[in-house]
Amino acid sequence: MEYVLGLADDALVTAQRMGWWISRAPELEEDVALANIGLDQLGQARSLLQHAGALEGDGRTEDDLAYWRDDRDFRCVHLVERPQTDFGVAMARLLILSAYQNELYAALLGSTDGVLSGVAGKAVKEVAYHLDHAHHWVVRLGDGTPESHARMQAALDAEWPFVEELFTPADPALVASGVAADPTALRGAVLDRIAKVVAEATLTLPEVAPRLGGGREGRHTEQLGYLLAEMQHLARSHPGARW
Amino acid sequence: MAQVYGNDFGTPDQQPGRPQMPPGPADLDPETFVELLADEDRVEPRDDMPAAYRKTLVRQIAQHAHSEIIGMQPEGNWISRAPSLKRKAILMAKVQDEAGHGLYLYSAAETLGVDRADLIDQLHSGRQKYSSIFNYPTLTWADVGAIGWLVDGAAITNQVPLCRCSYGPYSRAMVRVCKEESFHQRQGFEILWTLSHGSPAQRAMAQDAVDRYWWPSLMMFGPPDDDSPNSAQSMAWGIKRFSNDDLRQRFVDMTVPQSEALGLTLPDPEIRWNDERGHYDFGTIDFTELFEVVKGNGPCNAERMAHKVKAHEDGAWVREAAAAYAAKHAVAEGAA
Repeated sequence: MEYVLGLADDALVTAQRMGWWISRAPELEEDVALANIGLDQLGQARSLLQHAGALEGDGRTEDDLAYWRDDRDFRCVHLVERPQTDFGVAMARLLILSAYQNELYAALLGSTDGVLSGVAGKAVKEVAYHLDHAHHWVVRLGDGTPESHARMQAALDAEWPFVEELFTPADPALVASGVAADPTALRGAVLDRIAKVVAEATLTLPEVAPRLGGGREGRHTEQLGYLLAEMQHLARSHPGARW
Repeated sequence: MAQVYGNDFGTPDQQPGRPQMPPGPADLDPETFVELLADEDRVEPRDDMPAAYRKTLVRQIAQHAHSEIIGMQPEGNWISRAPSLKRKAILMAKVQDEAGHGLYLYSAAETLGVDRADLIDQLHSGRQKYSSIFNYPTLTWADVGAIGWLVDGAAITNQVPLCRCSYGPYSRAMVRVCKEESFHQRQGFEILWTLSHGSPAQRAMAQDAVDRYWWPSLMMFGPPDDDSPNSAQSMAWGIKRFSNDDLRQRFVDMTVPQSEALGLTLPDPEIRWNDERGHYDFGTIDFTELFEVVKGNGPCNAERMAHKVKAHEDGAWVREAAAAYAAKHAVAEGAA
Protein backbone atom coordinates (compact mmCIF):
# COMPACT_ATOMS: atom_id res chain seq x y z
CA MET A 1 0.00 0.00 0.00
CA GLU A 2 2.84 2.41 0.85
CA TYR A 3 4.31 1.96 -2.59
CA VAL A 4 1.00 2.64 -4.32
CA LEU A 5 0.41 5.67 -2.10
CA GLY A 6 3.75 7.07 -3.22
CA LEU A 7 2.68 6.90 -6.87
CA ALA A 8 -0.80 8.22 -6.05
CA ASP A 9 0.38 11.13 -3.94
CA ASP A 10 2.92 12.28 -6.55
CA ALA A 11 0.06 12.46 -9.05
CA LEU A 12 -2.47 14.02 -6.65
CA VAL A 13 -0.18 16.79 -5.48
CA THR A 14 0.91 17.46 -9.06
CA ALA A 15 -2.75 17.80 -10.08
CA GLN A 16 -3.34 20.19 -7.20
CA ARG A 17 -0.40 22.38 -8.24
CA MET A 18 -1.39 22.21 -11.91
CA GLY A 19 -4.93 23.33 -11.11
CA TRP A 20 -3.50 26.66 -9.97
CA TRP A 21 -2.47 27.42 -13.56
CA ILE A 22 -5.97 27.22 -15.01
CA SER A 23 -6.79 30.88 -15.82
CA ARG A 24 -3.18 31.96 -15.23
CA ALA A 25 -1.32 30.44 -18.20
CA PRO A 26 0.66 32.54 -20.70
CA GLU A 27 -1.75 31.67 -23.54
CA LEU A 28 -5.30 30.38 -23.70
CA GLU A 29 -4.11 27.21 -25.43
CA GLU A 30 -1.83 26.62 -22.47
CA ASP A 31 -4.70 26.97 -19.99
CA VAL A 32 -6.32 24.09 -21.87
CA ALA A 33 -3.13 22.03 -22.00
CA LEU A 34 -2.24 22.45 -18.33
CA ALA A 35 -5.80 21.62 -17.33
CA ASN A 36 -5.49 18.43 -19.40
CA ILE A 37 -2.25 17.47 -17.71
CA GLY A 38 -3.75 18.19 -14.29
CA LEU A 39 -6.80 16.10 -15.15
CA ASP A 40 -4.64 13.19 -16.30
CA GLN A 41 -2.64 13.30 -13.07
CA LEU A 42 -5.81 13.53 -11.02
CA GLY A 43 -7.26 10.54 -12.87
CA GLN A 44 -4.10 8.51 -12.16
CA ALA A 45 -4.23 9.57 -8.51
CA ARG A 46 -7.85 8.49 -8.16
CA SER A 47 -7.25 5.03 -9.64
CA LEU A 48 -4.18 4.53 -7.49
CA LEU A 49 -5.86 5.75 -4.30
CA GLN A 50 -8.79 3.41 -4.90
CA HIS A 51 -6.30 0.60 -5.32
CA ALA A 52 -4.40 1.60 -2.16
CA GLY A 53 -7.68 1.58 -0.25
CA ALA A 54 -8.51 -1.87 -1.58
CA LEU A 55 -5.05 -3.20 -0.68
CA GLU A 56 -5.45 -1.84 2.84
CA GLY A 57 -8.80 -3.57 3.17
CA ASP A 58 -10.32 -1.19 5.73
CA GLY A 59 -12.87 0.29 3.34
CA ARG A 60 -11.15 3.64 2.89
CA THR A 61 -12.17 5.40 -0.33
CA GLU A 62 -10.13 7.66 -2.60
CA ASP A 63 -11.61 10.66 -0.77
CA ASP A 64 -10.85 9.22 2.67
CA LEU A 65 -7.24 8.88 1.59
CA ALA A 66 -7.01 12.26 -0.15
CA TYR A 67 -8.87 14.38 2.40
CA TRP A 68 -8.46 12.68 5.74
CA ARG A 69 -4.77 11.77 5.86
CA ASP A 70 -2.40 14.27 7.50
CA ASP A 71 0.77 15.34 5.78
CA ARG A 72 2.94 12.85 7.69
CA ASP A 73 0.91 10.07 6.09
CA PHE A 74 1.45 11.33 2.54
CA ARG A 75 4.12 9.58 0.51
CA CYS A 76 4.89 12.06 -2.30
CA VAL A 77 8.35 13.36 -3.15
CA HIS A 78 9.47 16.92 -2.43
CA LEU A 79 9.74 17.69 -6.16
CA VAL A 80 5.98 17.97 -6.54
CA GLU A 81 5.16 19.69 -3.26
CA ARG A 82 6.46 23.22 -3.65
CA PRO A 83 4.49 26.02 -5.31
CA GLN A 84 5.16 26.49 -9.01
CA THR A 85 3.98 29.93 -9.94
CA ASP A 86 6.68 30.57 -12.55
CA PHE A 87 6.03 28.99 -15.93
CA GLY A 88 9.69 28.02 -16.33
CA VAL A 89 9.64 26.22 -13.00
CA ALA A 90 6.39 24.49 -13.95
CA MET A 91 7.92 23.23 -17.19
CA ALA A 92 11.23 22.19 -15.62
CA ARG A 93 9.33 20.22 -13.00
CA LEU A 94 7.00 18.69 -15.55
CA LEU A 95 9.97 17.62 -17.65
CA ILE A 96 11.57 15.89 -14.69
CA LEU A 97 8.37 14.33 -13.40
CA SER A 98 7.09 13.15 -16.75
CA ALA A 99 10.47 11.72 -17.77
CA TYR A 100 10.35 9.74 -14.52
CA GLN A 101 6.70 8.71 -14.81
CA ASN A 102 7.26 7.72 -18.42
CA GLU A 103 9.87 5.13 -17.39
CA LEU A 104 7.94 4.21 -14.27
CA TYR A 105 4.67 3.37 -15.98
CA ALA A 106 6.45 1.63 -18.84
CA ALA A 107 8.07 -0.63 -16.24
CA LEU A 108 4.79 -1.12 -14.38
CA LEU A 109 3.11 -2.43 -17.53
CA GLY A 110 4.70 -5.73 -16.51
CA SER A 111 3.72 -5.49 -12.84
CA THR A 112 2.42 -8.69 -11.28
CA ASP A 113 -0.25 -6.51 -9.65
CA GLY A 114 -3.00 -6.49 -12.29
CA VAL A 115 -4.47 -3.19 -11.18
CA LEU A 116 -1.09 -1.46 -11.27
CA SER A 117 -0.36 -2.76 -14.74
CA GLY A 118 -3.83 -1.65 -15.85
CA VAL A 119 -3.35 1.87 -14.47
CA ALA A 120 0.08 1.96 -16.08
CA GLY A 121 -1.39 1.01 -19.45
CA LYS A 122 -3.50 4.15 -19.51
CA ALA A 123 -1.04 6.40 -17.71
CA VAL A 124 1.92 5.60 -19.94
CA LYS A 125 0.14 7.19 -22.90
CA GLU A 126 -0.84 10.24 -20.88
CA VAL A 127 2.60 10.93 -19.47
CA ALA A 128 4.15 10.53 -22.92
CA TYR A 129 2.07 13.55 -23.90
CA HIS A 130 3.12 15.44 -20.75
CA LEU A 131 6.75 14.71 -21.53
CA ASP A 132 6.30 15.89 -25.10
CA HIS A 133 4.64 19.09 -23.90
CA ALA A 134 7.36 19.83 -21.34
CA HIS A 135 10.07 18.94 -23.85
CA HIS A 136 8.79 21.49 -26.36
CA TRP A 137 8.43 24.27 -23.81
CA VAL A 138 11.83 23.70 -22.23
CA VAL A 139 13.40 23.87 -25.69
CA ARG A 140 11.45 26.97 -26.73
CA LEU A 141 12.26 28.76 -23.49
CA GLY A 142 15.89 27.63 -23.37
CA ASP A 143 16.50 28.55 -26.98
CA GLY A 144 14.16 31.56 -27.11
CA THR A 145 15.24 34.98 -25.88
CA PRO A 146 18.19 35.79 -23.57
CA GLU A 147 15.67 36.41 -20.79
CA SER A 148 13.86 33.11 -21.29
CA HIS A 149 17.18 31.25 -21.50
CA ALA A 150 18.24 32.70 -18.15
CA ARG A 151 14.87 32.03 -16.54
CA MET A 152 14.67 28.46 -17.85
CA GLN A 153 18.20 27.74 -16.60
CA ALA A 154 17.33 29.22 -13.18
CA ALA A 155 14.19 27.06 -13.07
CA LEU A 156 16.13 23.92 -13.91
CA ASP A 157 18.73 24.81 -11.26
CA ALA A 158 15.96 25.28 -8.71
CA GLU A 159 14.32 21.91 -9.43
CA TRP A 160 17.44 19.82 -9.87
CA PRO A 161 18.23 19.17 -6.16
CA PHE A 162 14.89 17.33 -5.96
CA VAL A 163 15.56 14.85 -8.77
CA GLU A 164 17.45 12.17 -6.83
CA GLU A 165 14.61 11.55 -4.39
CA LEU A 166 12.61 10.06 -7.26
CA PHE A 167 15.01 7.11 -7.26
CA THR A 168 14.65 6.26 -3.56
CA PRO A 169 14.67 2.46 -3.36
CA ALA A 170 11.31 0.76 -2.94
CA ASP A 171 10.53 -2.15 -0.62
CA PRO A 172 12.87 -4.92 -1.91
CA ALA A 173 10.18 -7.56 -1.38
CA LEU A 174 7.78 -5.71 -3.69
CA VAL A 175 10.46 -5.34 -6.33
CA ALA A 176 11.41 -9.01 -6.03
CA SER A 177 7.81 -10.14 -6.41
CA GLY A 178 7.39 -8.02 -9.54
CA VAL A 179 4.74 -5.71 -8.05
CA ALA A 180 6.87 -2.56 -7.91
CA ALA A 181 9.18 -1.06 -10.52
CA ASP A 182 12.62 -0.62 -8.96
CA PRO A 183 13.12 3.18 -8.86
CA THR A 184 16.91 2.86 -8.87
CA ALA A 185 16.67 0.98 -12.18
CA LEU A 186 14.78 3.86 -13.80
CA ARG A 187 17.48 6.44 -13.01
CA GLY A 188 19.71 6.00 -16.06
CA ALA A 189 16.92 6.24 -18.64
CA VAL A 190 15.24 9.18 -16.90
CA LEU A 191 18.44 11.24 -16.60
CA ASP A 192 19.40 10.39 -20.15
CA ARG A 193 16.05 11.58 -21.46
CA ILE A 194 16.27 14.85 -19.52
CA ALA A 195 19.88 15.44 -20.58
CA LYS A 196 18.91 15.25 -24.25
CA VAL A 197 16.17 17.83 -23.82
CA VAL A 198 18.45 20.11 -21.81
CA ALA A 199 21.11 19.95 -24.52
CA GLU A 200 18.58 20.66 -27.27
CA ALA A 201 17.39 23.64 -25.22
CA THR A 202 20.97 25.00 -25.11
CA LEU A 203 20.84 24.75 -21.33
CA THR A 204 23.32 23.22 -18.89
CA LEU A 205 22.60 20.30 -16.58
CA PRO A 206 22.96 21.70 -13.09
CA GLU A 207 25.73 20.37 -10.90
CA VAL A 208 24.18 20.68 -7.49
CA ALA A 209 24.06 18.36 -4.52
CA PRO A 210 20.76 16.54 -4.09
CA ARG A 211 18.62 17.61 -1.18
CA LEU A 212 17.83 15.14 1.51
CA GLY A 213 14.39 13.80 0.69
CA GLY A 214 12.21 11.73 2.96
CA GLY A 215 8.84 12.17 1.29
CA ARG A 216 8.37 8.42 0.84
CA GLU A 217 8.67 8.09 4.64
CA GLY A 218 6.35 11.02 5.33
CA ARG A 219 8.98 13.71 5.95
CA HIS A 220 7.88 16.53 3.69
CA THR A 221 8.58 20.13 2.80
CA GLU A 222 6.85 22.78 4.88
CA GLN A 223 4.80 23.74 1.81
CA LEU A 224 2.91 20.44 1.68
CA GLY A 225 1.04 21.31 4.87
CA TYR A 226 -0.36 24.48 3.28
CA LEU A 227 -1.33 22.65 0.10
CA LEU A 228 -3.21 20.02 2.09
CA ALA A 229 -4.81 22.60 4.39
CA GLU A 230 -6.34 24.28 1.37
CA MET A 231 -7.27 21.06 -0.42
CA GLN A 232 -8.79 19.36 2.64
CA HIS A 233 -10.43 22.28 4.40
CA LEU A 234 -13.95 22.08 3.00
CA ALA A 235 -14.22 18.29 3.18
CA ARG A 236 -12.97 18.27 6.78
CA SER A 237 -15.38 21.05 7.77
CA HIS A 238 -18.29 18.68 7.10
CA PRO A 239 -17.42 15.24 8.50
CA GLY A 240 -19.56 12.52 7.02
CA ALA A 241 -21.06 14.76 4.33
CA ARG A 242 -21.62 13.51 0.79
CA TRP A 243 -20.83 15.88 -2.07
CA MET B 1 -20.90 48.08 -24.28
CA ALA B 2 -22.54 44.72 -23.94
CA GLN B 3 -22.54 42.92 -20.64
CA VAL B 4 -24.21 39.62 -21.19
CA TYR B 5 -22.53 36.90 -23.03
CA GLY B 6 -24.55 36.04 -26.04
CA ASN B 7 -26.44 39.30 -25.61
CA ASP B 8 -25.65 42.86 -26.50
CA PHE B 9 -26.69 45.90 -24.58
CA GLY B 10 -25.14 48.95 -22.98
CA THR B 11 -25.78 51.32 -20.13
CA PRO B 12 -27.48 54.55 -21.12
CA ASP B 13 -24.40 56.65 -20.34
CA GLN B 14 -21.92 54.56 -22.27
CA GLN B 15 -20.20 55.73 -25.40
CA PRO B 16 -20.00 53.40 -28.37
CA GLY B 17 -16.85 51.29 -28.45
CA ARG B 18 -13.98 52.58 -30.51
CA PRO B 19 -14.44 51.40 -34.09
CA GLN B 20 -11.71 48.96 -34.94
CA MET B 21 -13.04 47.42 -38.09
CA PRO B 22 -10.88 46.71 -41.06
CA PRO B 23 -12.79 47.05 -44.30
CA GLY B 24 -14.60 43.84 -45.19
CA PRO B 25 -14.67 42.32 -48.64
CA ALA B 26 -17.16 45.07 -49.42
CA ASP B 27 -19.55 47.16 -47.42
CA LEU B 28 -23.01 46.14 -48.43
CA ASP B 29 -25.79 48.66 -48.13
CA PRO B 30 -27.97 47.71 -45.17
CA GLU B 31 -31.23 47.51 -47.13
CA THR B 32 -29.97 44.98 -49.65
CA PHE B 33 -28.46 43.05 -46.78
CA VAL B 34 -31.74 42.79 -44.90
CA GLU B 35 -33.43 41.58 -48.10
CA LEU B 36 -30.76 38.90 -48.49
CA LEU B 37 -31.22 37.84 -44.90
CA ALA B 38 -34.93 37.47 -45.50
CA ASP B 39 -34.02 34.35 -47.51
CA GLU B 40 -32.50 33.04 -44.26
CA ASP B 41 -29.18 32.44 -45.93
CA ARG B 42 -26.24 32.36 -43.58
CA VAL B 43 -23.64 35.09 -43.93
CA GLU B 44 -20.13 33.69 -44.33
CA PRO B 45 -16.76 35.42 -43.82
CA ARG B 46 -16.15 36.14 -47.52
CA ASP B 47 -19.64 37.52 -48.11
CA ASP B 48 -20.34 41.21 -48.42
CA MET B 49 -21.90 42.69 -45.32
CA PRO B 50 -22.63 46.15 -43.95
CA ALA B 51 -19.80 47.62 -41.86
CA ALA B 52 -22.18 48.11 -38.97
CA TYR B 53 -23.20 44.43 -39.04
CA ARG B 54 -19.55 43.44 -38.93
CA LYS B 55 -18.88 45.85 -36.09
CA THR B 56 -21.85 44.64 -34.05
CA LEU B 57 -20.82 41.02 -34.49
CA VAL B 58 -17.21 41.64 -33.56
CA ARG B 59 -18.31 43.43 -30.43
CA GLN B 60 -20.76 40.73 -29.43
CA ILE B 61 -18.54 37.74 -30.21
CA ALA B 62 -15.52 39.34 -28.53
CA GLN B 63 -17.53 40.10 -25.42
CA HIS B 64 -18.85 36.57 -25.42
CA ALA B 65 -15.29 35.24 -25.68
CA HIS B 66 -14.07 37.57 -22.90
CA SER B 67 -16.94 36.37 -20.71
CA GLU B 68 -15.88 32.76 -21.12
CA ILE B 69 -12.32 33.64 -20.17
CA ILE B 70 -13.15 35.86 -17.18
CA GLY B 71 -15.76 33.26 -16.22
CA MET B 72 -12.92 30.80 -15.57
CA GLN B 73 -11.98 32.77 -12.45
CA PRO B 74 -14.99 32.53 -10.13
CA GLU B 75 -15.23 28.77 -10.60
CA GLY B 76 -11.47 28.32 -10.78
CA ASN B 77 -11.53 29.79 -7.27
CA TRP B 78 -12.84 26.42 -6.01
CA ILE B 79 -10.62 23.98 -7.94
CA SER B 80 -8.11 23.75 -5.10
CA ARG B 81 -10.84 23.23 -2.49
CA ALA B 82 -13.37 21.01 -4.29
CA PRO B 83 -14.72 18.67 -1.59
CA SER B 84 -14.15 15.36 -3.41
CA LEU B 85 -11.74 14.21 -6.10
CA LYS B 86 -14.65 13.52 -8.47
CA ARG B 87 -15.93 17.09 -8.02
CA LYS B 88 -12.41 18.42 -8.50
CA ALA B 89 -12.07 16.55 -11.79
CA ILE B 90 -15.48 17.74 -13.02
CA LEU B 91 -14.70 21.34 -12.09
CA MET B 92 -11.28 21.30 -13.74
CA ALA B 93 -12.86 19.92 -16.90
CA LYS B 94 -15.57 22.54 -16.79
CA VAL B 95 -13.19 25.46 -16.42
CA GLN B 96 -11.13 23.94 -19.20
CA ASP B 97 -14.26 23.87 -21.39
CA GLU B 98 -14.66 27.59 -20.80
CA ALA B 99 -11.13 28.20 -22.07
CA GLY B 100 -12.09 26.09 -25.09
CA HIS B 101 -15.22 28.18 -25.67
CA GLY B 102 -13.08 31.29 -25.53
CA LEU B 103 -10.83 29.79 -28.20
CA TYR B 104 -13.71 28.96 -30.58
CA LEU B 105 -15.22 32.38 -30.11
CA TYR B 106 -12.00 34.32 -30.64
CA SER B 107 -11.55 32.25 -33.80
CA ALA B 108 -15.08 33.14 -34.92
CA ALA B 109 -14.30 36.82 -34.30
CA GLU B 110 -11.07 36.50 -36.29
CA THR B 111 -13.08 35.46 -39.35
CA LEU B 112 -14.36 39.05 -39.31
CA GLY B 113 -10.88 40.46 -39.79
CA VAL B 114 -9.83 41.20 -36.23
CA ASP B 115 -6.98 39.74 -34.23
CA ARG B 116 -7.29 37.88 -30.93
CA ALA B 117 -4.40 39.81 -29.39
CA ASP B 118 -6.11 43.11 -30.21
CA LEU B 119 -9.38 41.94 -28.69
CA ILE B 120 -7.57 40.88 -25.52
CA ASP B 121 -5.86 44.28 -25.37
CA GLN B 122 -9.27 45.91 -25.62
CA LEU B 123 -10.50 43.77 -22.72
CA HIS B 124 -7.47 44.66 -20.62
CA SER B 125 -7.82 48.37 -21.31
CA GLY B 126 -11.54 48.29 -20.50
CA ARG B 127 -12.68 49.16 -24.03
CA GLN B 128 -14.48 45.85 -24.32
CA LYS B 129 -16.46 44.24 -21.53
CA TYR B 130 -17.48 40.83 -20.28
CA SER B 131 -20.61 39.55 -18.59
CA SER B 132 -21.21 41.33 -15.30
CA ILE B 133 -22.27 38.11 -13.61
CA PHE B 134 -18.61 37.18 -13.24
CA ASN B 135 -18.03 40.22 -11.06
CA TYR B 136 -19.81 38.45 -8.22
CA PRO B 137 -17.71 36.40 -5.79
CA THR B 138 -17.92 32.62 -5.29
CA LEU B 139 -18.05 32.51 -1.51
CA THR B 140 -18.90 28.86 -0.92
CA TRP B 141 -18.80 25.55 -2.76
CA ALA B 142 -22.53 25.88 -3.42
CA ASP B 143 -21.79 28.90 -5.59
CA VAL B 144 -20.15 26.54 -8.07
CA GLY B 145 -23.50 24.73 -8.24
CA ALA B 146 -25.49 27.97 -8.48
CA ILE B 147 -23.30 29.23 -11.32
CA GLY B 148 -23.80 25.98 -13.21
CA TRP B 149 -27.52 25.86 -12.65
CA LEU B 150 -28.52 29.53 -12.89
CA VAL B 151 -25.73 31.34 -14.74
CA ASP B 152 -25.14 28.60 -17.29
CA GLY B 153 -28.90 28.11 -17.48
CA ALA B 154 -29.40 31.78 -18.34
CA ALA B 155 -26.50 31.63 -20.78
CA ILE B 156 -28.05 28.65 -22.57
CA THR B 157 -31.41 30.41 -22.82
CA ASN B 158 -29.60 33.29 -24.50
CA GLN B 159 -27.34 31.18 -26.62
CA VAL B 160 -29.57 28.46 -28.04
CA PRO B 161 -31.19 30.98 -30.42
CA LEU B 162 -27.68 32.06 -31.45
CA CYS B 163 -27.20 28.62 -33.00
CA ARG B 164 -29.48 30.07 -35.72
CA CYS B 165 -27.72 33.43 -35.79
CA SER B 166 -27.21 34.85 -39.30
CA TYR B 167 -23.40 34.74 -39.10
CA GLY B 168 -22.22 31.21 -39.94
CA PRO B 169 -19.01 30.93 -37.90
CA TYR B 170 -20.70 32.30 -34.78
CA SER B 171 -23.75 30.07 -35.13
CA ARG B 172 -21.61 26.97 -35.65
CA ALA B 173 -19.44 27.80 -32.62
CA MET B 174 -22.61 28.20 -30.59
CA VAL B 175 -23.85 24.72 -31.48
CA ARG B 176 -20.86 23.17 -29.75
CA VAL B 177 -20.80 25.70 -26.91
CA CYS B 178 -24.48 25.07 -26.16
CA LYS B 179 -24.00 21.30 -25.96
CA GLU B 180 -21.25 21.74 -23.39
CA GLU B 181 -23.13 24.45 -21.48
CA SER B 182 -26.13 22.21 -21.23
CA PHE B 183 -23.93 19.57 -19.62
CA HIS B 184 -22.55 22.21 -17.23
CA GLN B 185 -26.03 23.25 -16.26
CA ARG B 186 -26.95 19.70 -15.32
CA GLN B 187 -23.73 19.40 -13.33
CA GLY B 188 -24.63 22.58 -11.41
CA PHE B 189 -28.13 21.29 -10.75
CA GLU B 190 -26.70 18.01 -9.50
CA ILE B 191 -24.27 19.80 -7.13
CA LEU B 192 -27.19 21.73 -5.63
CA TRP B 193 -29.41 18.64 -5.50
CA THR B 194 -26.74 16.79 -3.52
CA LEU B 195 -26.35 19.75 -1.15
CA SER B 196 -30.06 20.29 -0.71
CA HIS B 197 -30.44 16.60 0.19
CA GLY B 198 -27.40 16.66 2.49
CA SER B 199 -26.77 17.96 6.00
CA PRO B 200 -28.53 21.09 7.33
CA ALA B 201 -25.29 23.03 6.81
CA GLN B 202 -25.05 21.87 3.19
CA ARG B 203 -28.67 22.74 2.58
CA ALA B 204 -28.17 26.21 4.04
CA MET B 205 -25.12 26.66 1.84
CA ALA B 206 -27.18 25.80 -1.26
CA GLN B 207 -30.04 28.15 -0.32
CA ASP B 208 -27.62 31.00 0.37
CA ALA B 209 -25.98 30.57 -3.04
CA VAL B 210 -29.36 30.62 -4.80
CA ASP B 211 -30.37 33.70 -2.82
CA ARG B 212 -27.28 35.54 -4.00
CA TYR B 213 -27.25 34.38 -7.62
CA TRP B 214 -30.94 34.53 -8.55
CA TRP B 215 -31.35 38.24 -9.26
CA PRO B 216 -27.97 38.71 -10.95
CA SER B 217 -28.88 35.76 -13.21
CA LEU B 218 -32.11 37.46 -14.25
CA MET B 219 -30.12 40.60 -15.02
CA MET B 220 -27.94 38.62 -17.43
CA PHE B 221 -30.68 39.07 -20.05
CA GLY B 222 -30.12 42.80 -20.10
CA PRO B 223 -32.43 45.73 -19.52
CA PRO B 224 -36.16 45.59 -20.28
CA ASP B 225 -37.08 45.72 -23.96
CA ASP B 226 -38.22 49.34 -23.81
CA ASP B 227 -34.74 50.32 -22.59
CA SER B 228 -32.60 48.23 -24.93
CA PRO B 229 -31.55 50.45 -27.83
CA ASN B 230 -29.38 47.95 -29.73
CA SER B 231 -31.87 45.10 -29.73
CA ALA B 232 -34.08 46.12 -32.68
CA GLN B 233 -31.15 46.40 -35.08
CA SER B 234 -29.68 43.07 -33.94
CA MET B 235 -33.06 41.42 -34.47
CA ALA B 236 -33.41 42.87 -37.97
CA TRP B 237 -29.99 41.45 -38.80
CA GLY B 238 -30.79 37.99 -37.49
CA ILE B 239 -28.14 38.19 -34.78
CA LYS B 240 -30.74 38.28 -32.05
CA ARG B 241 -33.88 36.18 -32.41
CA PHE B 242 -35.84 36.98 -29.25
CA SER B 243 -36.09 40.07 -27.04
CA ASN B 244 -34.43 40.37 -23.63
CA ASP B 245 -37.75 40.12 -21.82
CA ASP B 246 -38.90 37.10 -23.83
CA LEU B 247 -35.69 35.26 -23.05
CA ARG B 248 -35.88 36.24 -19.38
CA GLN B 249 -39.43 34.90 -19.18
CA ARG B 250 -38.36 31.68 -20.85
CA PHE B 251 -35.59 31.29 -18.25
CA VAL B 252 -37.96 31.91 -15.32
CA ASP B 253 -40.47 29.42 -16.73
CA MET B 254 -37.77 26.79 -17.04
CA THR B 255 -36.15 27.47 -13.66
CA VAL B 256 -39.08 27.72 -11.25
CA PRO B 257 -40.07 24.03 -11.57
CA GLN B 258 -36.40 23.06 -11.26
CA SER B 259 -36.13 25.02 -7.99
CA GLU B 260 -39.13 23.07 -6.70
CA ALA B 261 -37.41 19.82 -7.63
CA LEU B 262 -34.35 20.98 -5.71
CA GLY B 263 -36.43 21.95 -2.71
CA LEU B 264 -34.84 25.40 -2.73
CA THR B 265 -36.66 28.72 -2.61
CA LEU B 266 -36.11 31.43 -5.19
CA PRO B 267 -35.77 34.75 -3.33
CA ASP B 268 -38.80 36.41 -4.92
CA PRO B 269 -42.15 36.28 -3.07
CA GLU B 270 -43.94 37.43 -6.22
CA ILE B 271 -43.17 34.30 -8.23
CA ARG B 272 -46.45 32.53 -9.04
CA TRP B 273 -48.00 30.80 -12.02
CA ASN B 274 -50.25 33.07 -14.11
CA ASP B 275 -52.85 30.95 -15.89
CA GLU B 276 -53.97 33.79 -18.10
CA ARG B 277 -50.47 34.50 -19.45
CA GLY B 278 -49.37 30.89 -19.38
CA HIS B 279 -46.15 32.01 -17.67
CA TYR B 280 -44.74 32.59 -14.22
CA ASP B 281 -45.04 36.13 -12.92
CA PHE B 282 -42.04 37.46 -11.05
CA GLY B 283 -41.00 40.57 -9.15
CA THR B 284 -39.49 43.77 -10.46
CA ILE B 285 -35.77 43.65 -11.12
CA ASP B 286 -33.69 46.43 -9.60
CA PHE B 287 -31.46 47.29 -12.53
CA THR B 288 -29.57 49.99 -10.64
CA GLU B 289 -27.42 47.18 -9.24
CA LEU B 290 -26.65 45.88 -12.72
CA PHE B 291 -25.65 49.31 -13.94
CA GLU B 292 -23.39 49.78 -10.91
CA VAL B 293 -21.66 46.48 -11.67
CA VAL B 294 -21.42 47.40 -15.35
CA LYS B 295 -19.79 50.70 -14.39
CA GLY B 296 -17.11 48.79 -12.51
CA ASN B 297 -18.47 49.01 -8.98
CA GLY B 298 -19.35 45.34 -8.55
CA PRO B 299 -17.84 43.21 -5.81
CA CYS B 300 -15.05 41.72 -7.95
CA ASN B 301 -14.59 43.87 -11.08
CA ALA B 302 -11.13 45.06 -10.00
CA GLU B 303 -9.98 41.59 -8.91
CA ARG B 304 -11.12 39.88 -12.13
CA MET B 305 -9.29 42.35 -14.33
CA ALA B 306 -6.19 42.39 -12.13
CA HIS B 307 -6.02 38.58 -12.24
CA LYS B 308 -6.38 38.53 -16.02
CA VAL B 309 -3.89 41.32 -16.67
CA LYS B 310 -1.34 39.83 -14.26
CA ALA B 311 -1.54 36.42 -15.95
CA HIS B 312 -1.06 38.11 -19.31
CA GLU B 313 1.90 40.18 -18.15
CA ASP B 314 3.51 37.28 -16.27
CA GLY B 315 3.30 35.24 -19.48
CA ALA B 316 4.83 37.89 -21.74
CA TRP B 317 8.35 36.46 -21.52
CA VAL B 318 6.99 33.02 -22.47
CA ARG B 319 5.14 34.31 -25.54
CA GLU B 320 8.19 36.35 -26.58
CA ALA B 321 10.40 33.29 -26.22
CA ALA B 322 8.03 31.15 -28.28
CA ALA B 323 7.97 33.79 -31.03
CA ALA B 324 11.77 34.18 -30.95
CA TYR B 325 12.25 30.41 -31.10
CA ALA B 326 9.84 30.06 -34.02
CA ALA B 327 11.50 32.92 -35.91
CA LYS B 328 14.98 31.53 -35.30
CA HIS B 329 14.01 28.10 -36.54
CA ALA B 330 12.04 29.40 -39.50
CA VAL B 331 15.21 31.24 -40.58
CA ALA B 332 17.31 28.14 -39.98
CA GLU B 333 14.94 25.99 -42.02
CA GLY B 334 14.80 28.57 -44.79
CA ALA B 335 18.60 28.66 -44.96
CA ALA B 336 18.92 24.88 -45.03
